[in-house]
Formats: sequence, C-alpha cells, structure tokens
Amino acid sequence: MENRTDKNSYTILFAIAMVVIVGALLAFTASSLSPKISENMRIEKQQNILYAMGVNNNDAGSAVFVDTKDASELFAKYITKQEVITNGSVSEDNQAYLIDLKKDKAAAGGDAAKRNLPLFIGEKDGKTFYIVPIYGKGLWDAIWGYVSMDENMVIQGAYFDHKGETPGLGANIKERFFMDDFIGEHLLDANGNFKGVEVAKGNADPTNEDKTDNEVDAIAGATITGNGVAAMIKSDLKLYKPYFDNLKNN
Amino acid sequence: MGLLSKKDAKLITDPLADNNPITIQVLGICSALAITAQLKASIVMAVSVLFVLGIGNVVISLLRNIIPSKIRIIVQLVVVAALVIIVDQVLKAFSYELSKTLSVFVGLIITNCIIMGRFEAFALGNGPWKSFLDGIGNALGYGVILIIVGFFRELLGSGTLLGFKVLGDPIEKTGLYAIGYENNGFMLLSPMALIVVGIIIWVQRSRNKALIED
Repeated sequence: MENRTDKNSYTILFAIAMVVIVGALLAFTASSLSPKISENMRIEKQQNILYAMGVNNNDAGSAVFVDTKDASELFAKYITKQEVITNGSVSEDNQAYLIDLKKDKAAAGGDAAKRNLPLFIGEKDGKTFYIVPIYGKGLWDAIWGYVSMDENMVIQGAYFDHKGETPGLGANIKERFFMDDFIGEHLLDANGNFKGVEVAKGNADPTNEDKTDNEVDAIAGATITGNGVAAMIKSDLKLYKPYFDNLKNN
Repeated sequence: MGLLSKKDAKLITDPLADNNPITIQVLGICSALAITAQLKASIVMAVSVLFVLGIGNVVISLLRNIIPSKIRIIVQLVVVAALVIIVDQVLKAFSYELSKTLSVFVGLIITNCIIMGRFEAFALGNGPWKSFLDGIGNALGYGVILIIVGFFRELLGSGTLLGFKVLGDPIEKTGLYAIGYENNGFMLLSPMALIVVGIIIWVQRSRNKALIED
C-alpha cells in the first residue's frame, strides 16, 4: 500500500516548507547575532594592532591580548592617528582599521597603486610606532598579521594569525617564540633598499642575534607557512617604503 | 525505577565501549584524524558533536512520520547543517575565542558519518527520548576516543596538555628535555592519529574477545 508521504506532490510541498522554515530560522539567527559578531571582530582587530605595538598581557611564554573589555579604551589611548595611503597620497581616516585587506587586494586586482593601505600611528613611552596590516597565504588557507615599525623600518613587534595551518607546525606562527624573533629585524638592507625578512631554514644564526641579516629562524616542518609569512611581509610592507622615505626627508 | 530504564541506559553506555562509533563501527574517522593534534580542539569538537547529535536526533525523531522517504537523506543533511550553522553563529557571538578554535572543524561536523548514521539507523525508527539518549551516547563514545587520541598526540607531539608545558620546556631544556627527550613531530601529523586509533582498537579487542570478527 502506498504511503501518503510517498506522493510526489507531498514530497515537493515538504521540501518547500522545509526550505522556508530552515531558511527563516537561519536568517533570523544570522541577522540577530551579526551586530554582536562584527563587534567581536572589531575588538579583535584592535587587540591585534595593540599587540603588535607591544600593548598586551603576555606572560613568560605565551601571547596574550589585552582584555576584550579594555580593548577599545586602550586603542583610543595608544593609537593617535589612523591613515590610509591611496596611490601615494595620505589621508586621515579613523575607521582605517576596518579596511578588509582581502577585499581591497582583490578589488585592486594586482595593481598596488589602486590599493587603500591602512597605517596606524601609535605612541607608547615617548616612542612612535607605525603599525601596518599584512595579508597572504600559508599552506592551507589565509594568513595575516600586523607589523609595527619605527621610522627606519626596523620591526618593533609582530602579530601573525592564520585560518587553517597545521596545529603544532604551521600554526606555530602565532606562538611567541616565532613572533618575538621578528622584533628588531631590519626590513631594509645596508644600502637602504627594501629587502624584507626571510624565514630561513638552516639559518646560521638560529638564536637570532644578528638583527641586520634580514633573516629569522624557520619553524621545523612549516616551510610553506614560513615562506608565506616572508612573502606577505615582502609584498605588503614594500608598498609603505615611499611613505617612510617621505617621513625621513621631512 | 529511576529516570533511565535498563534499556535506556544501554543506549548511552553501549556506544561508550562495546559499540563505539569510532573503534567498532569505524565511523567519523576523518574528523578524528584531522583535529586531534591538540587536546583542547578534541574537547571542543566532542562538545559540539554532542550538541548537534543530541538535538538533531530529537528533531529527526519528531519528524520521522512526516518525512518523505524519497528525500530523507536531504532532510537529514539540512537538519545537521542548520544546527551546525547555529552553533557556529552563537559561538562567534558569545564565545569568540572558542569559535576561532572551532572554525576549521565546523564543516567537519556536517560531514561526520556518525551523525547521518544515527539519524538514519536510529532516529527514523524511534521516539524522541530514546533518540536523544542514543545521540548523547554516540557523541560521548566519539568524544571519549577523540580525547584519548588528542591526549597522546599533544603530550608526545608538543609536550603540552591543553597548552600547559607538562614535560618541561624544550627551549630552556628543563624537565624531561634535560635528559635528552625530544618531541615527536610525527605525532602531530594525521597518520599518527590513525595509528593511535589502531592501538586503541587493538587494546579494546584483546580485552574483549567477543568483539573479534572471524
């Protein structure tokens, strides 16, 4: 005997009802939670930027951000200026930290001149930090980070994050032992040309005492992620070179 | 008689050992391999599967008499996908840190064969309460294996547990590292998870001969 639920008409009606109900449920959940989610992402960006300029709650070995509830206040306190560089001209924009590098990169389509380059200027203990976001690809997915520099393009702090690198291997780019290696590294070579920082395998200087060799020690088993970090530093920070040249000349 | 009859209690205890979804039915292996490099990720995954399978089984059980059999797999897929998206969104809104740990694994919950397997094999034929217990039992059975594998992989691979350095500091050479111990990087790669699961299966079958097939 045929069951009533076997009819084609019933099946189609059931499918339509299911799609409408589930769709409405998900749309409701997404739209009611989205302000809270974007608030969380905004705070995370502020924490990342503060981390790169050395405002954090680090303990002996691990990387810890400032508290979520203090992030906005500290951000307002330490970040004195937010700028966007578009095709060589600099404009102030106090929402610069909300620029989505991925979308911006895609929109420019490989033409660096079209990109909007965010730059954050922070003041701490009488020292000026220039903090710049970077974005690239690791082994499995996107990697990104923030690098803070002084006016000579010497790295003062770095924060890296990733979407899906291998835990224990590539994922270690967000561990302190790796990020701290970048502190003090020069981005320019001896002649003042932009060189970047290599993540070097078989480094002759594994304890990273020589800060002018443009090299930090690589993580074992994470060659492609390490190369990705070096590549995004090179490609994204290079774009800021004219800004720093300008800074020195004035 | 308490809350659970003997039969109901069996729905929870069976999947923990003698009918474990991973070691006996060999389901859900893919996610067990992918995420167990760290104990914390294993625990988060276990809790998420507990939620999705517990609720999903009840939903499917409630709908079991009205679901058209021709599209029942699609209906099951929609239910599990919707639940996973809700879990993900709620975590992102209220526990952002945790959601970042989980982000890669959310997709893996949808593809987890245990969930579809329980919907198909149990929830479509049983009432909501029994289905709920079955879902909880299987998710716990899955979670137990995940946590055991995660424990050994993180301990031997990174020398840490939940991020705490339990074997000493590999850079400062303290604790076990002082006497020449080295972390086993192979433990962090997926093949090692398969070997650890294999060892668990071996131990389990050698203790309970009834599980050995001819």
